[in-house]
Amino acid sequence: MSIRWWTQAALALAFGCATAAHAASDADLDAIRNEIKQLKEQYEARIRALEDRLKAAETPPAPAAPPVAEAAAPPPPASGIAAFNPAISAVLQGAYINLSQDPHKYMLAGFVPSGDIAPGPRGFSIAESELNLSASVDHLFSAALTFSLSPENTVEVEEAYAVATALPYGITPKFGRFFSGLGYLNQQHQHVWDFYDAPLVYQAFFGGQYTQNGVQVKWVAPTDTYLEIGGEAGSGTNFPGNDRNKNGVGDWVAYVNAGGDVGASNSWLAGVSYLQTAASDRAFSIVDTSGIDTPASFTGRSRIAVADFVWKWAPNGNATNQNFKLQGEYMWRRENGDLAYDSSVNPNVAGTSSYGSRQSGFYVQGVYQFMPEWRAGARYDRLDPGSVSYGDNGAYFGAVDFHPQRTSLMVDWTPSEFSRLRLQYSQAKVIPGVTDNQWFLQYILTLGAHGAHRF
Amino acid sequence: MIRYLIATLSLAASTAAWCAVNVFATVPEWGALAQELGGDKVNVYVATNALQDPHHVEAKPSLIARARSADLVVATGAELEIGWLPLVTQQAGNPKIQPGKPGYFEAARYVTLLDKPARLDRAEGDVHAAGDPHIQTDPRNILKVAQPLAAKLAEIDPANAAYYADRGTAFAEKYGAAIRNWEKDAASLRGAPIVVQHKAFTYLIAWLGMNQVAALEPKPGVEPTTAYLSEVLDIIKQKQPKMVIRAAYQSDRASQWIAERANIPAVALPFTVGGDAQAKDLYSLFDDTIARLRSGASQ
Repeated sequence: MSIRWWTQAALALAFGCATAAHAASDADLDAIRNEIKQLKEQYEARIRALEDRLKAAETPPAPAAPPVAEAAAPPPPASGIAAFNPAISAVLQGAYINLSQDPHKYMLAGFVPSGDIAPGPRGFSIAESELNLSASVDHLFSAALTFSLSPENTVEVEEAYAVATALPYGITPKFGRFFSGLGYLNQQHQHVWDFYDAPLVYQAFFGGQYTQNGVQVKWVAPTDTYLEIGGEAGSGTNFPGNDRNKNGVGDWVAYVNAGGDVGASNSWLAGVSYLQTAASDRAFSIVDTSGIDTPASFTGRSRIAVADFVWKWAPNGNATNQNFKLQGEYMWRRENGDLAYDSSVNPNVAGTSSYGSRQSGFYVQGVYQFMPEWRAGARYDRLDPGSVSYGDNGAYFGAVDFHPQRTSLMVDWTPSEFSRLRLQYSQAKVIPGVTDNQWFLQYILTLGAHGAHRF
Repeated sequence: MIRYLIATLSLAASTAAWCAVNVFATVPEWGALAQELGGDKVNVYVATNALQDPHHVEAKPSLIARARSADLVVATGAELEIGWLPLVTQQAGNPKIQPGKPGYFEAARYVTLLDKPARLDRAEGDVHAAGDPHIQTDPRNILKVAQPLAAKLAEIDPANAAYYADRGTAFAEKYGAAIRNWEKDAASLRGAPIVVQHKAFTYLIAWLGMNQVAALEPKPGVEPTTAYLSEVLDIIKQKQPKMVIRAAYQSDRASQWIAERANIPAVALPFTVGGDAQAKDLYSLFDDTIARLRSGASQ
C-alpha cells in the first residue's frame, strides 16, 4: 500500500466516495475494502460510518443520474450489530410411519451398506430438523453452515462450506464439508427430495448421501448450452471409504454436467460422475452357506460411476399450475481388496481372502403436478447384486441371485413455498421372500430465509 | 469466392456480437428496455417469458450458462427473483454480475415501491418486505428506470457512452409522450371499481386511478378456496366492479369462476412484454393493456 494509494483512499472517504471511488478501478475498490478491514480492528466505531459511505459509492450511478433517480434512492441500510447477521432458516420435519416389517431387521440383501438406512421408526416421530446459516463472508467468499438435529438429540454438521465468489472465467472453488457434486440427488438436502426416503442405490452405495470433507473446483463453460466440469479431493472418510489415518487425499470425485432448454416448455440436465475412494477395516458382515452370520472387515478400493438425468416439463415454462419431472440415476460400483473374517465366530473360513465385487443399481421417478399445490409421483428402485468373488473362501459364500427392489407412490400438497404435506406408500422387496408395506405421512416446514429454487 | 465472402461476413457478424454488451435480463420488460437503450450495442437474453411467474422460476442450467457470459444482469430486485437469481449468479462463476458489482443492476431501486407490508410475517402470504415488486405495470416506472439503466450501460461500455446517452434521451422523450397519450386514453377508467385475481397490479391501478375493491386471493400467493370466492361474490354485489383482471401467466380458473357468477368480464392483461400477441414491446404493452381495460369497462 503506497502513499499515493493511502491518499487516494483517504480522499475517497473524506469527500464522500461518490466521485473519487467511482473513478477508481475495481482493483482499487477491492484494495480499499482490504484497508478498511484492517482499520476496523483499531477504529471500529469510526469505520462503520466510513463503510456506509463506501457502500453508497458502490451503489448505482451517482454521476449522471437524474433527479428522479436520486429521489427514489433506497433508504440507508439498517446499522448496528445485527445488520450483518447471516440469513437463517430452519426446516422442521416429522412423520407418522406404518411398516409391515420390523425396521430393526431391515437390510438390503446382497449389499452391506453403512449408517442408518432403515425406514422408521414406527408410529409418530420427528425426522431430522435442519438449521441453516448463510451469508457473504467478505468480498471474496460466501459461506453456509447447516446443522442437522437428529430426533435422538444429536447435532451434526451436515454442511459447512465456503465458496469463492470473485474468481473469473467461470471457476468456482468450494471448500469445507459439503454434499459431493456426484450424481443429481446427492447435492440436494433431504427435505427437498420428492420422496420420504433416499433411493435404494443411495442407501446401498453411500449409506444415504455422500458428504465430502475437502475441496471442490468447478468450471462453467462460456457456452449457451450449460456445461459444467468439476473435481473434488477430500478426506475419503465417509462410506464407502473410511478413516484410514493417512496424509494426503483420501478420495477423488470428477463430474461433468450438461443441460439446457428445449423450447420454452422443456429443460434438461444430464451428468456423469466418478468417485474413487478406499477403505481400511470397514465393517462387513456376510452369512455363509451353512447360515453362520460372519463378521468381517474390508480393506481395499471402492469406485463408483454415476449417470444421471433430469427432464422437466411445464407449459411455457410456467410450473405454477402444471409441471412434470422425470429423473433417474444409474450407479455402478467396483470394490477390490481383502476381507478379514472373524474366525472365532466362523472357524470354517480362512482368516483373510481376496474380495472383488461389481454391483449396480438404479432408480427412476416421475412427479406430476396436476393442479396448483398438488403433486403425485411414482418411483421404482432396483439393485443388481452383480458378481462377487470371495477368493479362497468362495466355497463358503454362494452367489446371491436376488434383486432388491421397491416401488413407491406419493401424493403431496404444498399450500405455500414453505410447507408441504406428503403421503407415500412403498412396497419394498429388499429381503428374499419378504414384502414390506410402508406408509409415510410426512410434513416439511421451512422457517425464515427464502430457500433457493434449485433445478 | 462466394463462400469466402459468406465466411467473412459471418465472421464480421459474430465479431460484432462478440463485442456487444451481454445483458441478462430477468424479466421481459427489462430485456425490452435494455434493447431500446442499447440498440445494436447489446445482446439481450431474457431469462423468463411473460407466461411464467417470475417468482417461481428455478435456477435452470440454461440460465446459469447465460449468466456465465453476461456483462450485466438487469433484475427487478425487491425480492422478486430471490428464489433463483442468487443461485444463478453464484453458480455461474462470473464475478462481474455478483450483487454489489457494477454488472448487477436492480430496477426497483429507482422507483418508489408501494404496498410495503404493515406486518412482515409469512402468515400474511407471499409478502415482499421492500414492497410490491411488479413495478412494470406503471409505464412511469419504466421511464424512471430508463435513465439509470442507460447510465449503467455507459459505465459498462464506456466506448459507446454517448450512444447510450442519446438513445436514453430519445427514449425518454418518446416514452414520455406515449405516457401522456395513454393517460388521455385511459381517462374514462379513473375511479372504475375492479377486482384483481392476484395483487400484481398495484402500480397500474395507482397510475390510472382505478379502484381495487377485492382480490381473488385471500392472501398474496395463496390459492382461493370456493368459500373465499363466495365472500368475494358478496363484495362484488355491493361494489359493482366493472371487471376482474389477471396477468397472462395466471390460470384463468378463479377469474372465470367469478366472472360467470357475477356476470362481469374477466380480462387477461399482458402484464409484461410478450404477455399476448399484441404486447410486442414497451409501447404496445400499454396500448394493449389500456385497450383491454377499456373494452372490459364498456361491456
